[in-house]
Amino acid sequence: MQLLYLIVPLAPLVGALIAGLFGWAIGRRGAHWITILLMIVSTVVSAVVFLDVLGGAADNVTVYRWLDSGNVSFQIGFLIDRLSATMMLVVTFVSLMVHIYTIGYMADDPGYQRFFSYISLFTFSMLMLVMANNFLQLFFGWEAVGLVSYFLIGFWYTRPTAIYASLKAFLVNRVGDFGFLLGIALVLMYFGTLDYAAVFAAAKTLAGNSIELPFFWWDFKWSLMTLICILLFIGAMGKSAQFPLHVWLPDSMEGPTPISALIHAATMVTAGIFMVARMSPLFELSETALSVVMVIGAITALFMAFIAIVQNDIKRVVAYSTLSQLGYMTVALGASAYAAGIFHLVTHAFFKALLFLGAGSVIIALHHQQDMRHMGGLRKYMPVTYLTMVIGAISSAGIPGFAGFFSKDAIIEAVHFSKLPGSGFAYFAVLTTVFVTALYTFRLLFMTFHGPERFRGGEHHDDHGHAPHESPAVVTVPLVLLAIPSICAGWFIGPVLFGGYFGGAIVVAAPHDVLGEMGRHYQGVVAMMIHALGTAPFWLAVGGIATATFLYLLRPDLPAVIKGKAGYLYTLLERKYGFDEFNDWFFAGGARLAGGGLWKGGDVAMIDGFINGSARAVGWFAGVLRTLQSGYIYHYAFAMIIGILLLLTMVFIA
Amino acid sequence: MLLGFNLLNLAIWIPIAFGVAVLVTGSDRNARLARVIALIGAVLGFAVTLPLYTGYDRLATGFQFTYFAPWIESFNVNYHLGIDGISLLLILLNSFTTVLVVIAGWEVIKERVSQYLASFLFLSGVMNGVFSALDALLFYVFFEATLIPMFIIIGVWGGPNRVYAAFKFFLYTLAGSLLTLVALIYLYNVSDGSFSLLDYYRLPLPLAPQIMIFIAFMLAFAVKVPMWPVHTWLPDAHVEAPTGGSVVLAAIMLKLGAYGFIRISLPIVPDASHTLAGFVIALSLIAVVYIGLVALVQADMKKLIAYSSVSHMGFVTLGIFIFNAHGLEGAIIQMISHGFISGALFLCVGVLYDRIHSRQIADYGGVVNTMPVFAALFMLFAMANSGLPGTSGFVGEFLVIMGAVKANFWYAAAAATTLVFGAAYTLWMYKRVIFGAVANPRVGALADLNAREFLVLGLLALAVLTMGVWPNPFAEVLHTPVNELLNHVAQSKLR
Repeated sequence: MQLLYLIVPLAPLVGALIAGLFGWAIGRRGAHWITILLMIVSTVVSAVVFLDVLGGAADNVTVYRWLDSGNVSFQIGFLIDRLSATMMLVVTFVSLMVHIYTIGYMADDPGYQRFFSYISLFTFSMLMLVMANNFLQLFFGWEAVGLVSYFLIGFWYTRPTAIYASLKAFLVNRVGDFGFLLGIALVLMYFGTLDYAAVFAAAKTLAGNSIELPFFWWDFKWSLMTLICILLFIGAMGKSAQFPLHVWLPDSMEGPTPISALIHAATMVTAGIFMVARMSPLFELSETALSVVMVIGAITALFMAFIAIVQNDIKRVVAYSTLSQLGYMTVALGASAYAAGIFHLVTHAFFKALLFLGAGSVIIALHHQQDMRHMGGLRKYMPVTYLTMVIGAISSAGIPGFAGFFSKDAIIEAVHFSKLPGSGFAYFAVLTTVFVTALYTFRLLFMTFHGPERFRGGEHHDDHGHAPHESPAVVTVPLVLLAIPSICAGWFIGPVLFGGYFGGAIVVAAPHDVLGEMGRHYQGVVAMMIHALGTAPFWLAVGGIATATFLYLLRPDLPAVIKGKAGYLYTLLERKYGFDEFNDWFFAGGARLAGGGLWKGGDVAMIDGFINGSARAVGWFAGVLRTLQSGYIYHYAFAMIIGILLLLTMVFIA
Repeated sequence: MLLGFNLLNLAIWIPIAFGVAVLVTGSDRNARLARVIALIGAVLGFAVTLPLYTGYDRLATGFQFTYFAPWIESFNVNYHLGIDGISLLLILLNSFTTVLVVIAGWEVIKERVSQYLASFLFLSGVMNGVFSALDALLFYVFFEATLIPMFIIIGVWGGPNRVYAAFKFFLYTLAGSLLTLVALIYLYNVSDGSFSLLDYYRLPLPLAPQIMIFIAFMLAFAVKVPMWPVHTWLPDAHVEAPTGGSVVLAAIMLKLGAYGFIRISLPIVPDASHTLAGFVIALSLIAVVYIGLVALVQADMKKLIAYSSVSHMGFVTLGIFIFNAHGLEGAIIQMISHGFISGALFLCVGVLYDRIHSRQIADYGGVVNTMPVFAALFMLFAMANSGLPGTSGFVGEFLVIMGAVKANFWYAAAAATTLVFGAAYTLWMYKRVIFGAVANPRVGALADLNAREFLVLGLLALAVLTMGVWPNPFAEVLHTPVNELLNHVAQSKLR
C-alpha cells in the first residue's frame, strides 16, 4: 500500500519534471500525453486508495527524515484516512479534467509545455499538502501550491496586469503564512512535535494552558489554544481568500482559465478549509477561535457575493462567487460542522470548476472576449457549454436535487443550530447570500447565453465574420464529466454528514455537535428536498432567480436605471469596497515610504554621516597635528619649554 | 617539518601554493595558463576537503583532524588546527565557492588575470585557516589577513567608485577588530601566557572583564556579519566589487563574523553572552525588519541583494543568541544556505552586468523573453532568497523561528516578517527585471546563458535544492558540536 501512496503525488511530479525540463525535446503532443497519462495513473491509484480507505483502512507512514534538530525529528510522511483520501480523489479527478481541457484551451499558446509542467507540479504540491501527516509537510505543500499559483497567474508574463496580480497573490498569501508559521512554531514549542497524531492526542491536556506574551512592559495573557488556532486560521485566510486577505483572488483571474478552475476554485483555495478541518481537534478546544472563524466566513460570504452582482467580466463574476462560497465553507467550520464544510468543498469543486471551464469555453469561442456586455444569445451556438453551465448555475444557486443544494442547506442549518457568539450574524449572512448567489449566477447565465447577440462588432470579434461555435471535444467532455457530479455528488449527504463518514479524522466536541443534532431530524435525501420547499433558503434562491429573470431577460433596460439611482452603492461595489486602493496606499506605499525614510535618513544620513564624519574628524585632527610638525627647530624648542614650564607648575602646585 | 600531512593543512595551503604558482605565470599573455592552474588549484582544494566530511566522526566531542606545531615559541603561539562540524561545513562551502568563482571569472576578467585569480586562491586558503584555527593569535592573523586580498579585489577590479568602497571596507573592518587584539592580550595575561582557545574555554572570568571582552570581540564580529548599525560598508563594497568579489564576500567573508561569535565569544565569555544577548537580539531583529524595508526601495540590484544579505544574517545572529538547539543549528544552516543563495544571486546579476553593463533595475525588463533559461534559474534563487520550502533558504529561517518562539513569541513574530518583506523585495525586483515585455533594444539583444554560466548556476541550483529537500546530511554533523557548545555556554564561568 505504501508504494501506492508514493505513486499518487510522484506521478504528477515526474510529469511536471519531464514536461518542464525536456518540453523542448518531447514537443507539445509529448508534453500533454506524458502528463495526462501520469495524471490518469495518479487518479486511478487515488481511487484505489479511496476504496481501500472506505473499506476501513487508515495509515500513517513516514517516508523519510527531513531534518533532526534538538530532540525533534522533522519528517515527511503520509496520513491516509477518510479526509485525505476524499481530498486526493477530488484533487486528482479535477486536475485530470483540467489537463484534458487544457489541450483545447491552450492549443495556440507558445507556453504549452510549460503550462502542462506547472499544472502537474501543482497537483503534486496539492497532494503533498492533503496527504501530509505533519505540520511541516503541510507548510511545504502550502507554500508549493502558492508558488505554482504565482507561476500560473503570471503565466502570460508580458502582461503587466498578470505579473502584478501574481506578485500580489504571492505577497498576500505570505501575510497569511506569517501567522501560519507562528502558529506552527507555537505547536512545536508546546507539543514538542509536529506530527498530527501526537499533537492531536496531546491537545486536550494542553487545553487549559494560557500563554503570556511579554511585550516590553505589557503582559498579554492568552489562551494557548485560541492563539494557536487563530494564528493557523490566519494562514487559512490567506490561502482560502477570506476577508480581509481576499484581495488576491479576483486578480488571480489574470491567469489562463484552466488554472482558475483548478487552483482558484476547486483545489488550492480550499486548502485553508481542509487545514482547519484537519485541525478540528485543536479548534474544538477554543470557542473564541471558532467564533472568529465563523464571523470571518460570514463576512466573506455576504460581502463578496454583493460584488459579484456588478462585475461584467465573466471570470470575475465566478471568482467573486468562489470567494463567497469559500465563506460558506468557513462558516461551516466555525459552526463545528467540519464535515459540512468539506462536503461543500467537494460539491463546490465540481460545480465551480464546471462554471469556470464553461466560462473558458465561451471565452475561446469569442476569441478571448471576457466582457459579458459583449456576449449574449450564445445558447444556440454552444449547446453543450450552455446546458452544462445551466447545471452548474442551478447547483450553485442551491436548487433542491442538485449537489450545491445539499451541501449549502446543511451549512445553513448547522449555523442555525450553532450557539456560539456570532452565529446570529452568520445565519443572517448565509441566508441573505442565498438570494444574492442565485441573482448573480443567473445574471451571468442570461447575459452570456440569452438575450440579443452583442458579440458582433465587439473589439475582439468584428473582423472574423463567422458565428461562434461549440468548443472541441477535449473541452466539452470535461464539462460533461464535471456536470455529472455537480448533480449527484450531493446525494451522498446522509452517510457523509450524519453517518460518521470521516470517523476519527474529524473531532467534534459534544456541545458543538450541530451535525449530530441535525442527523436526528434527517430522513433521507428526498425528505430533505421536500422539507426544503417550505423553508427560507429555497424561496430566497427562487427569488434570486426570479429577480435575475426580470432584470436581465424581461426588462434589460432596468439595471441601467437602478445603477443610476444607486450610484453611490454601485461605485462602492464596483470598487470592491476600496480594499485595493487602501492596500496600495497604506501597505505598499507605506512600506516603500518607510524603506526610503530608513535608507536615506538612517543609513545614509545618520550612520554613514557619523562614519564619514568621524573619518573627516580624524583628517581634521591630523591636519592640526601636521601644522605642529613644522620642521623648524625653534618651534619644537618653544613647545618643549612650554611643556617643561607646565610640568614644573603642576609639581609646585601639588 | 612545519607542515606534516594533515587535511586541514592541505585545505589551507593548497590554494595558497597554487595562488603563488598562478602569480608566477605573470602577465596577461599567459592568462590561459593562469586560469588553468587556478582551476586545478581550486578543484584540488575542494577535493581535499571532501574527506573531511566523510571522515568526520559525528558522535565525537571536541575537535577533529587536529594538527599542532609551535610557531612563535617565546610567546607560546602555536600553529594549532582542528575542526568540528560547524567549521567543517564552512570549509566545504568556502572551497566549493572558490571553484565557482574561478569558473565564473573565466572570460570575464581580462586584465591582470593572474593577480585576480591568485587573490581568490589566497583568500580561500586564509579563510580555511580562520575556520580551523584553534590558537587565538593564529585566528586573529588569519582573520585580519582576509582583508588584504579582498581589499585588492575591490580596489583593482572594482567599479568606478572602487577606491572609496575598498577603503571604507578596509578601515571599517580594521577599526572593528583593533580591540580584539587588546582582548586577546588581556586573555593571554590572565591565562598565564596561553593563546590556546581551548585554554580560554576553561578559563574562569569575572563578569566585568567578560563584558569588556565580549564588547571588544563583538565590534570585530558585528562589522563582519554585518549587524545593524555597522553594516553600511557592505552595500558600497558589493556595488563596487567585481562579481567574484561579491560572491566570496557574501558567501564566505560575512560568515567569519558569525563564526567568531560561535567559536570565540560564546564559549570564552558565556556569562557576558547571556547578559548581552537581549542587546544582540534587538540588533538582529532591527536588521531583519529595518533592512528588509530598506532593501525594498533599492534601485541597484547589487545593493538590494547586499541589503538582503544583512537582513538574512540577522537570522544568524538571532539564532546564535537565543541559546537553543533549533536556533543555533538554524543559524549555521542559514549561514551555509545564504552562501549558496547570495552567491548565486550575485552571479545572476553578474550575468546581466557582463552583457549590458548596468546594475540598475530600471535598465531591464522582459529579460525572460530573451533569456528563458537564465530566468528560470534566477527564479529558483529568488524563491530561495524568499525562504520558500524545498529550497535551502527555508531550512535555516524555519529553525530559527522555531527556536525564537521558545525565547519570546515576539522575537519570532518580528523575525517572521521576513516571510513578507523577503518575498516582497526579492520578487518585486525579479518582476521588474525579468517579467514584462522587452523593455529596450539592449534587452532584446540579450543572449541566454553560455555553458560556463549554466554550469556555475546549475551547480548552485543543485546545492540549493538538495539542501532544501534533504537538509539532514548537513545538520547531522552539527548535533554534537552544537550540544557541546550549548552545554558549555549554560555553565557559568563566574567563580
